[in-house]
Amino acid sequence: MSQATETTTTAAAMPDLLYGEAETELRAAVRSLLEDRCGWPEVLARTETGQTYDTGLWRVLAADLGCAGLLIPESSGGAGASYREAAVVAEETGRAVAPVPFLGSAVVATAALLAAGDEELLAAMAAGTTTVALGVPFPAPPGARPEPTVRLTAAGDSGYRLSGTVAAVADALPAGVLLVPADGVPYGLYAVAAEEAGLFVEPTVSLDMTRQLADLTLTDAPGRRIASGAAADQAVAAGLAAGAAMLAAEQLGLAERCLEMTVAYLKERRQFGRQIGSFQALKHRAADLWVGVTQARAASRYAAACLAAADPDTPVAIALAKAACSDIAVRAAQECLQLHGGIGFTWEHPTHLYLKRAKSSSIGFGTADRHRACLAGLVDLPGAAR
Amino acid sequence: MTTPEDLRGQVRDFLATHDPAATDRLEFLRARFDAGLAWVHYPAGLGGQGLSRDLQPTVDAEFAAAGAPNNRPERNGIGLGMAAPTILAFGSPEQQRRWLRPLWTGEEIWCQLFSEPGAGSDLAGLATRAVRSGEGKVTGEGEVGGWVVTGQKVWTSSAHLAKRALLLARSDPDVPKHQGLTYFAADMTAPGVEVRPLRQITGEAEFNEVFLTDVAIPDADRIGEVGDGWKVATTTLMNERVSIGGGAAPREGGMIASAAAAWRASPGMRTPGLHDRLLRLWADAEVARLAGARLRQQLAAGQPGPEGSAAKIVFARLNQEISEFEVELAGTEGLRYDDWTMRRPETVTFYGRDAGYRYLRARGNSIEGGTSEILRNIIAERVLGLPPEIRVDKGVPWKDLPR
Repeated sequence: MSQATETTTTAAAMPDLLYGEAETELRAAVRSLLEDRCGWPEVLARTETGQTYDTGLWRVLAADLGCAGLLIPESSGGAGASYREAAVVAEETGRAVAPVPFLGSAVVATAALLAAGDEELLAAMAAGTTTVALGVPFPAPPGARPEPTVRLTAAGDSGYRLSGTVAAVADALPAGVLLVPADGVPYGLYAVAAEEAGLFVEPTVSLDMTRQLADLTLTDAPGRRIASGAAADQAVAAGLAAGAAMLAAEQLGLAERCLEMTVAYLKERRQFGRQIGSFQALKHRAADLWVGVTQARAASRYAAACLAAADPDTPVAIALAKAACSDIAVRAAQECLQLHGGIGFTWEHPTHLYLKRAKSSSIGFGTADRHRACLAGLVDLPGAAR
Repeated sequence: MTTPEDLRGQVRDFLATHDPAATDRLEFLRARFDAGLAWVHYPAGLGGQGLSRDLQPTVDAEFAAAGAPNNRPERNGIGLGMAAPTILAFGSPEQQRRWLRPLWTGEEIWCQLFSEPGAGSDLAGLATRAVRSGEGKVTGEGEVGGWVVTGQKVWTSSAHLAKRALLLARSDPDVPKHQGLTYFAADMTAPGVEVRPLRQITGEAEFNEVFLTDVAIPDADRIGEVGDGWKVATTTLMNERVSIGGGAAPREGGMIASAAAAWRASPGMRTPGLHDRLLRLWADAEVARLAGARLRQQLAAGQPGPEGSAAKIVFARLNQEISEFEVELAGTEGLRYDDWTMRRPETVTFYGRDAGYRYLRARGNSIEGGTSEILRNIIAERVLGLPPEIRVDKGVPWKDLPR
């Protein structure tokens, strides 16, 4: 009736999947700030203004709490922390659907610049004075070069000029600098200042207005070359890989928050003379969500630990985490809506903020399906012959 | 702080004085227990050293590398996984000394007398009676102050091999059901214990029915206080869930191993739909493995809580879905079955034999050790704090419940 527990078949050493003391302290600081400054009514109200990113809040999170420089080495003015800590911050920003460019700047652009070795920008980012975004479409998955839609139009003594468009870029709106991959000889990654006349950053009406996407149009925009050839490819790949893993952590935080809201409502709401949470049909759905969150948390922690240690298993870990966390975040937000009944369908209830963030994020940096498809190659499970 | 290297040193020192090739198997295991190298997370004097649970694999690997005999844990899963932690938590020092060593060495196999034909998910409603010797119309010959037990238990794996049983029985029918239970370690060789095989859908009989007729149990074999049986049983059940769903395995271990191997070996059977299912199952199985590892890290010191229920639910679902997949992938071979002969296996395997067996055996995974539905109730009420289902049996003496 049972499998013995004393058999020992542990393979490679398993990294620590729990939260350390420093991570728990960091979480408390970020949560306290977001609870204070980023309640859902403020977030909702901001989505209907012309300034959907909360740049004031981002300044505090970035500079005062040091979150902008978490991944940046101390020698460049950063905190010299790892993806384990960055994941904790992402969980908290996901929990609050915070309209700040932590993911785009402190994770994706930072990872790309760390790979490219650009000291100058990194130091400015660590100080919290410059916000940077990688100019790739939000759905771009790791493991493949995004389709180049920008080309080099001039390269010479007068510098580099870029033209083209990039659709649906996350966290570009508050960025002072955009890192744009461009086709040319060779392929390269270029830094373009947002204020340049040749760069037009157009806000889009996004499914998720708490992370409003932007379309970039470059018309002979001047750029500084950060990396070229294989180094540029590696920089973009590093940004996308880190982005997928930390977005998974964000989704975990979001799923957990949706579960909490759902459980609270199941305890509070009374129908038929009893708390609706006493109905087995509903409590089983809440239990299933909790099971999904426990599973996703292990996957997310494993991905953060692998990235932090540059473990060779990192591509597998990221695919598992993004697939698991995307699925549970969307499911948790949808269940949150359904179990709230009519109120959950209204604009004045926070659930829709979470639903839109969850669904949008499930496409960001590769859908769950795309990440599982990656596993086919990574773990030798080939598909049907065509 | 004892390090893995310290433990390796201890094992080497032990092996230097106990040559596994020249020592009787049981003598070797008893000496290993006495040296505190049986289960290092157990207390000193009881086979351990009070260390963290995650140091145990180091010790086991070192003994295995030396070709030393092990305690054949697969033969005594209930003993090691459920009885031992229960005895450790609630047994008296005398009981711990008496039972844990022969349990660990495998000299005494344990089974579990919990479920009854009338008490499955509602375990606390069980009817097997434990009566003090000399009370009422007792015909047994129990010692004065001892107990006489009568009733029927079911789904008892290893009962035909077991020396001892974890027994939950009703000592007081006049109080609400949870309050009238007492927990015992019954002697399966005592007069009045009858074990009959119970054949299951796989064709064999892992399980048994156990009939108890005026079985005398000394009071010294009671675990916990009279009336505290439910509290003690909860510890056993938590450990059961962890032991069913929480074992360590390598990547692509467990049920997914044969499915992935079959996939690689059968290019002609692949379809896009099956491929999608396989990738989902592989990813879910790997995530479940990571969640199991995380749970063990949380439990490195301390008792399992209700969190183990999540692992058990996922384990059952995955075993079922993976084995369904595998039978389909097998095609013609999936239409055959290796053997329907009635047998009584000594060990239980979820992953052995052929795909058809694995498919059928996995159906039991969401029933044994707590149905997935009961586990969802536990999570909802004990982890999430949701209000209990409206109950009609609350506060009612057990004897007055409709049956």
